[in-house]
Amino acid sequence: MTETRHTICGMCAVRCPVSVQIKDGQPEWIEGNSHDGGMGKSLCAKGGATFAQRGDRQRPTAPLLRRGQRGAGEWREVSWDEAFDYIVSRLQPIIAEHGGRSILLSDRGGPFADLRQAFLKSLGSPNYINHDCTCGRNVHHAAKSVYGLGRKDFAYDYENSRHIVLFGRNITESLKVKEVKGFLKAIKNGARVTYIDPRASITAGKASRYWQIRPGTDYALLLGIANCLVNNGYYDHEFAARYISGLPEFKSFLAPYTPEWAAGECGIAATEIETFCRELNEDRPKVIIHPGWMLARYRDSFYASRMIHILNALLGSIEQPGGLFYPKGPKDAGKSGLKSLASLVPAVNEERADGCGSRYPQWDKGAGMLQTALEAIDTGEPYPVKAYFVHRHNPFIAMPDTREQRRILDKLDLLVAVDVNFSETAWFADVILPESTFIERDSILRTEKGLKPGFGRRQQCVKPQNNTKAGWEIYLELARRLGKGEYFPFKSIEDIWQYQLQDTGLTSADFDAKGFVKLSDKAIWYDRDQLKFGTESGKIELVNPKWEAMGVPSLAPYVPPVTPPSGSLRLLFGRTGYQAHGMHQNNPILCDLLDTNRLWINPIAASRIGIKDGDLVTVANGDQQGQIAAYVTDRIHPEAVFMLHGFGTDVPVKKRAFGRGLADQLFMQGKLKEWDKAGGGLNLAESFVTVTRV
Amino acid sequence: MSKYIVTQNVADCIGCRACEVHCKDKNNSGPGAFYCRMIEVTEATATPPRIDFVYLSCFHCEKAWCVDACPTGAMRRRDQDGIVFVEEGACVGCKACITACPWTVPQWNPDTGKVGKCDLCKDRIDAGLEPACITKCTTGCLSFTTPSAASQAARQAFAERMHQNLRR
Repeated sequence: MTETRHTICGMCAVRCPVSVQIKDGQPEWIEGNSHDGGMGKSLCAKGGATFAQRGDRQRPTAPLLRRGQRGAGEWREVSWDEAFDYIVSRLQPIIAEHGGRSILLSDRGGPFADLRQAFLKSLGSPNYINHDCTCGRNVHHAAKSVYGLGRKDFAYDYENSRHIVLFGRNITESLKVKEVKGFLKAIKNGARVTYIDPRASITAGKASRYWQIRPGTDYALLLGIANCLVNNGYYDHEFAARYISGLPEFKSFLAPYTPEWAAGECGIAATEIETFCRELNEDRPKVIIHPGWMLARYRDSFYASRMIHILNALLGSIEQPGGLFYPKGPKDAGKSGLKSLASLVPAVNEERADGCGSRYPQWDKGAGMLQTALEAIDTGEPYPVKAYFVHRHNPFIAMPDTREQRRILDKLDLLVAVDVNFSETAWFADVILPESTFIERDSILRTEKGLKPGFGRRQQCVKPQNNTKAGWEIYLELARRLGKGEYFPFKSIEDIWQYQLQDTGLTSADFDAKGFVKLSDKAIWYDRDQLKFGTESGKIELVNPKWEAMGVPSLAPYVPPVTPPSGSLRLLFGRTGYQAHGMHQNNPILCDLLDTNRLWINPIAASRIGIKDGDLVTVANGDQQGQIAAYVTDRIHPEAVFMLHGFGTDVPVKKRAFGRGLADQLFMQGKLKEWDKAGGGLNLAESFVTVTRV
Repeated sequence: MSKYIVTQNVADCIGCRACEVHCKDKNNSGPGAFYCRMIEVTEATATPPRIDFVYLSCFHCEKAWCVDACPTGAMRRRDQDGIVFVEEGACVGCKACITACPWTVPQWNPDTGKVGKCDLCKDRIDAGLEPACITKCTTGCLSFTTPSAASQAARQAFAERMHQNLRR
């Protein structure tokens, strides 16, 4: 008998809606959930490798306790009971001596984090952190400083846009299925696309204009663009008069930053910048300048993103078809939202170990900041942090300088990894709790914001093939054994769903037909005459006094990037559409697509060093070095080299990927201590390497 | 040529290689074997650069070299629609078909010691469905059609563009 179940993909953090066909308890077919019109049956390569992941035995298939030294890879397979008992026996003395606040949990954020936040809160810890210091923190904080709203409080109506401007936002490879479909429709409808990146990704090939900008000078180009727009009056004067404050200060700040000046910094001709600005003026308000997705790159990425947020406002593209819009929630549809699990637990009023909201008053407490939490582990200040749960998050490769991280995490009394894969971090843990693959597990319900808000459900499609559990089972059982069961009166996922839905008038059966429930048939747009922003003035603040009082100037003068030391090249990294975050390089199917990375190098730099395409080269920074083949191409700026991220794993049990290629983060020594001081994102594009022929 | 044809709108292809994976997942083609492949064709010095991907699978030839070369009759052509496929039970792994094919399309499966190749997911076609690569293409750039329908669609699209240009 064949049955179809609708669920939510878990192969990457985009979490697309998918449908799984099951025959006699076995998964037969997976495709996009076509009840979602924007998705159709489309599925990316990672989603297509779902069943291969489930069948892969080079993953944790039962709870594991470390036997030898941390990272030695000697494990003892144990029962769930023993694993839970072990964790509890280690946590209890930590809590007794240092309090619940000495426990840290990090994950990759997303719509299911409420459960883990509730778990950690029940233990009395404020130290929930997601991965965002290596992702969108700069973008988020920049949005807060301009609009008083977060980065996810805006979404993009690509399909109807006239001009899409992407500062390194690699839509075709850092891939979201629905987004790329909208993007391609816009191109078909005649939209212009301007793509700006030192590396010509596949997205550059879709653009009508590609600027190979000098690495690290995005902010200079943006200042030049802003100067040109305001001096020529190329902006939405009506929208600006109504909603924007600080325009006079902004104009005088911009005075020195002419397109000619910008050209000298970023290598894009002034006439080209001026032509581009004229086009923006023609195309506004149906313009999207993407403020960045992963923007943990440079020390001024916050200001680059802030400038993009400001330009979108000046072009009047806010809450505008073909521009940016507010993703609407249940309230906008006149409905109640999901009940939060974290709200079941009393508030924790401790200071955060990472300093968000205290030492770093401008940083949101919600997502935390991992690099400053690592400082707390290292120094014991502001208080000791002794236990760390790392949930399907892999700081050892997401964060720079794995060696330094290893030194710091070795100070922990307990490191627990919950993961589907043997991540590099999990391999260093004391306990690995194997999570079921996404088709084998239920998750808590999620809210799906958008023009038509709704809720979505990930449900178990097939039984776990191995001795694994779902995250909700793991954290609820741990809470119970730690004496916090009273907060979570649930015996099954159905109980949790029922609790989440209790104010909505819905039941979990309402998700059976499509996998999601929409709360509105029509797209909801706000009245553009009544827009609200989250700043203290309620306006879009080009000068934000609140942020200035926290030590973050609104209008920061440009500081040129560090020039690569003589003989060195700047190390840039990125990904393909079929392998992300080092999670797919060992997948039995996806490993077949690409089993190593290459060093992209411009012909000018290559000829200077004497390298030909395909030559084996040594990449080095200090005592860190390794070898890969060179890919000599004009697709990379002469000042930089580029490699795909996620290769060079040192986990030997991942036999298909072990030792293949190089891991970019190893070459970022010292970068755990260098971040954008305003936004908090790490400076992952500020390391330099030498390249020599082997 | 089988009565079907797969067409690709290159402008909409992003080289995400989902087609290759959907094929491998469905057909279990074995490590290193790809019944369909996206071939990257790049002109890096163009402005903007040209970075395109071309879908290449089996052409399901009318007079298929592989069928003629196969000594055991494992490589066959379906009467009703011309799909060229391998009857795995009869394949002895001699690789004659791989040598004979002008495009080296038949693929070697090291796990089974046999040849495999695109059969346009004939079981899906027989169930009224389309091949895996096309059904789940990330951007919808692949189409499963017939030569005459493909020609008609291409002419229609060209006529519409021409008409628009005339109106300008």
